[in-house]
Amino acid sequence: MISQKPSQPSSGRRNRKFREKYLPTIISILSVIVIFWAIRSAVINAEQWPRIKAQFFDISAIIEVFPKVLRGFGLNMLVWVISIASIALWALVLAIFRSFSGAWFAPLKIFSIVYIDLLRGLPTLLLVLLFGFGIPALRIPGLPHHSVFWGGIAIVMAYSAYAAEVYRSGMEAIHDGQRAAAKSLGLSQMQALRFAILPQAIRNVVPSLLNLAVALQKDVALLSVLGVRDAVREAQIYTARTFNYSSLIAAALLFLVATIPMARFADYVTRKDQERRLQITR
Amino acid sequence: MAKITIQNLTKYFGEKLVLDNVSLSIEEHEVVCLIGASGSGKSTLLRCINDLVEFDKGIIELDGVSIHDDKFYKTNELYKRIGIVFQSYNLFAHMNVIKNITLAPRYVHNVPKAEAEAYAMELLNLFELDGYAKSYPEQLSGGQQQRVAIIRAMATRPDVLLLDEITAALDPELIGGVLSIVKDLRENGMTMVIVSHEMGFARDVADRVCFLDQGKIIESAPPENLFSNPENPRTRQFLQRIIEAGRM
Ligand SMILES: Nc1ncnc2c1ncn2[C@@H]1O[C@H](COP(=O)(O)OP(=O)(O)OP(=O)(O)O)[C@@H](O)[C@H]1O
Ligand SMILES: [Mg+2]
Repeated sequence: MISQKPSQPSSGRRNRKFREKYLPTIISILSVIVIFWAIRSAVINAEQWPRIKAQFFDISAIIEVFPKVLRGFGLNMLVWVISIASIALWALVLAIFRSFSGAWFAPLKIFSIVYIDLLRGLPTLLLVLLFGFGIPALRIPGLPHHSVFWGGIAIVMAYSAYAAEVYRSGMEAIHDGQRAAAKSLGLSQMQALRFAILPQAIRNVVPSLLNLAVALQKDVALLSVLGVRDAVREAQIYTARTFNYSSLIAAALLFLVATIPMARFADYVTRKDQERRLQITR
Repeated sequence: MAKITIQNLTKYFGEKLVLDNVSLSIEEHEVVCLIGASGSGKSTLLRCINDLVEFDKGIIELDGVSIHDDKFYKTNELYKRIGIVFQSYNLFAHMNVIKNITLAPRYVHNVPKAEAEAYAMELLNLFELDGYAKSYPEQLSGGQQQRVAIIRAMATRPDVLLLDEITAALDPELIGGVLSIVKDLRENGMTMVIVSHEMGFARDVADRVCFLDQGKIIESAPPENLFSNPENPRTRQFLQRIIEAGRM
């Protein structure tokens, strides 16, 4: 019997391994450094750089305005979280209305279709202005008259139209056999939705809903047009007083710190969801 | 009185005539097999019987009462007494086996949870699936999924089962286990209407075989007669093709 000793990788093989494994990484790191360095030098050596730096990247201005912008940003995030919850619920109701069949439910179905068509067709900014300024101006007793409240309602109404369509696509993607099975077991329309259709549909649309949440995270800044003192508004106030735009950069940084991880998380969930589907369909 | 009576049943899908004045009565404990070419209306006929699709003319009765009678409509009793199993199982993918089986008893027929689960376990035991109560459909083989689907249809103790090509999606080695369940059910006196392309199985299990052609039942006879001595030329032609395809 011939026993073979595990042979040491020859230096040739090791060399190939180095070339195949590490070289591409090293090349990409180097090229990134070189290119960014070139851009940086071009910017810094530009004639206008000192002015740009003073206007936009004034560290002391950023530090000075930061607490206020941060407080404003807290309001942005609060509105964001409350909106997400409201949108998730209201859009689900709209999608359920829209899925109804049968003469009895026709009014709800038509309401939902008209609502979705209208609100997807209008710029969100227009709705925010209309609700945020318009409704408080009516001074109807008993109704809240804060701009934040009505601006938030406008955002929820607009985004719900999109989210309802997302839910609907998820419900339509459920195989007809599941509905047939539910009906043959005697489940009513509502029971079929509750037990058979919605749990599967919602699970399938979580990635799309998360992407809507990422978009919403930026759009809550629309409230600033109402004079609501959110991050953007606070930054604008500072800019108006000092003619320095660094405060807007401070707000921008805060938004990025929040949105980038959120977007990455949405990507991650989307990828997991795709893997799950691949496994099921095999 | 027959268990199920179908009289002059006519059904259109849009302009297309799918069931053409079909009449058929099925006695209690009888097993009827529907055979016929693809598109001849076999599934549609089954789905009319348990009110999954609406039809245009005719009447279907269960124990002498129209399936559209208030007695059935208001009480879900029709769904309790007639179960259906589909070719593609149609188990609820997000529910485990026991939830699939107990869903209708618990939420449609208000059976207490413990009682519904006990009966589900009894059926699972009977069909040698007792280890799978907590499994999800995707973790089961096609044959196991189909057996769970049969159990789900039986969980309300129906007196009639409708089986629509329940082995058509299965690998050959899994078909036997499913068919032996059907034979057991027959032994226990279940009234069944079965759509099948397994002629050997139809011959074994059916009391009567009905041949559907373009929405009409054109021949109906006990299997030994229909298979060995078909009267209608179209039946002969159909069986000839089945034999050539090696399915008999
Ligand atoms: N939901 C539907 N809408 C429109 N047409 C339909 C529908 N379901 C069935 N049909 C049509 O009705 C006819 C009969 O269909 P059915 O499914 O009953 O045939 P089948 O005998 O079961 O065929 P197969 O052996 O392929 O299952 C076919 O022509 C089919 O195209
Ligand atoms: Mg069919």
